Amino acid sequence: MTDYVSLFIETVFVENLALSFFLGICTFLAVSKTVETAVGLGIAVVVVQTITVPVNNLIYSYLLRDGAWTWAGWPEIDLSFLGLISYIGVIAAMVQILEMILDRYFPALHRALGIFLPLVTVNCAILGGSLFMVERNYAFGESVVYGLGSGFGWAIAVCALAGIREKLKYSDIPDGLQGLGITFIVVGLMSLGFMAFSGIQLR
Amino acid sequence: MAHDARKALIDPLVNNNPITLQILGICSALAVTTTLATSLVMCLALTAVLTLSNAAISLIRHHLSRSIRIIVQITIIASLVIVVDQVLKAYAYGMSKQLSVFVGLIVTNCIVLGRAEAFASKNNVGLSILDGLGNGLGYSLVLIFVGTIRELFGSGTLLGVQILPLVTDGGWYKPIALMLLPPSAFFIIGFLIWGLRTWKTEQVEKPEYQIQPTPVGERR
Repeated sequence: MTDYVSLFIETVFVENLALSFFLGICTFLAVSKTVETAVGLGIAVVVVQTITVPVNNLIYSYLLRDGAWTWAGWPEIDLSFLGLISYIGVIAAMVQILEMILDRYFPALHRALGIFLPLVTVNCAILGGSLFMVERNYAFGESVVYGLGSGFGWAIAVCALAGIREKLKYSDIPDGLQGLGITFIVVGLMSLGFMAFSGIQLR
Repeated sequence: MAHDARKALIDPLVNNNPITLQILGICSALAVTTTLATSLVMCLALTAVLTLSNAAISLIRHHLSRSIRIIVQITIIASLVIVVDQVLKAYAYGMSKQLSVFVGLIVTNCIVLGRAEAFASKNNVGLSILDGLGNGLGYSLVLIFVGTIRELFGSGTLLGVQILPLVTDGGWYKPIALMLLPPSAFFIIGFLIWGLRTWKTEQVEKPEYQIQPTPVGERR
């Protein structure tokens, strides 16, 4: 249990997907103008990440890994090169299914998240989470925690950035830095702040 | 026609650069630039995928129905990325380990899907290839710039060759460790954008609010 807690804290703060691995930065910069939209996108990312990472974990360990087909009597099959195309397929399908379920049973939530769900498909944080899960050989339990933690860390970062940018638009910025430039500098400072966590040894 | 071709190739280099103006494909630009060698390999990989995917999508643009085009485009891109990934693993295994997940992430790199959607699905094959090449080169310019700065000042080397002699080896240069850490990539691109927009003032974004000057009568 403590293992899971420390893995969670590590993925949220020490190995923050957005600020130390630069994943999902495009959406991160584009959808952080107001706190309200940032919260919506953050929730969408947490939900999709928590579902897709464990599902991809199952697909990897029972269909793609070297020797994964031993149960069917083909121990020499190694399909791991098909990884990329299966993960992106799973992600696209999951997002579509989630959208239909939300539309049918939770229309209010669907209206709130509606436009963000399709955006999440092409967010590299989601695919990156699955790829890191494979690279680090997480077991199923760990992959659930990793999915939740990495999504949560991304959501915190995007909300914090949106909060800063809301205040920032009232300040007097040099012409060339207006918009994208100053956002990069702010994200750099945030990433510097998050680096303070990197000294923490949990395991 | 010749003018169009030149425009498709040259425009993305500075005037319509994918990273500094279109805000596309920033993730990998930041992550792989700790050394110049990784940046170069990444540039090659992305330019190859971008050119080929633009060509392929442009070839089938008349046969593609609008509702399923995204999934077809992603499948084409993912297949091309798998090919590039396998080639890297076969011929440059150390490099592919260093690039870790970022070659795979070309699939969701917004430049590739963005150009496929914005350009290749509307133009003929020749122009699309040039557009892919141009955007790949524009991306490469930024990556090589950032990679050079980070490697030179972070460890005093370029492509692994010692340029600035380090203090630890009896030289005079004390490496700036921050250059190898994530925040510096954000700062360098931020300042690069500042510099570029000071030069090309038409790229400057409008401020959302303007501070109203105090009327003369109310000044004390």
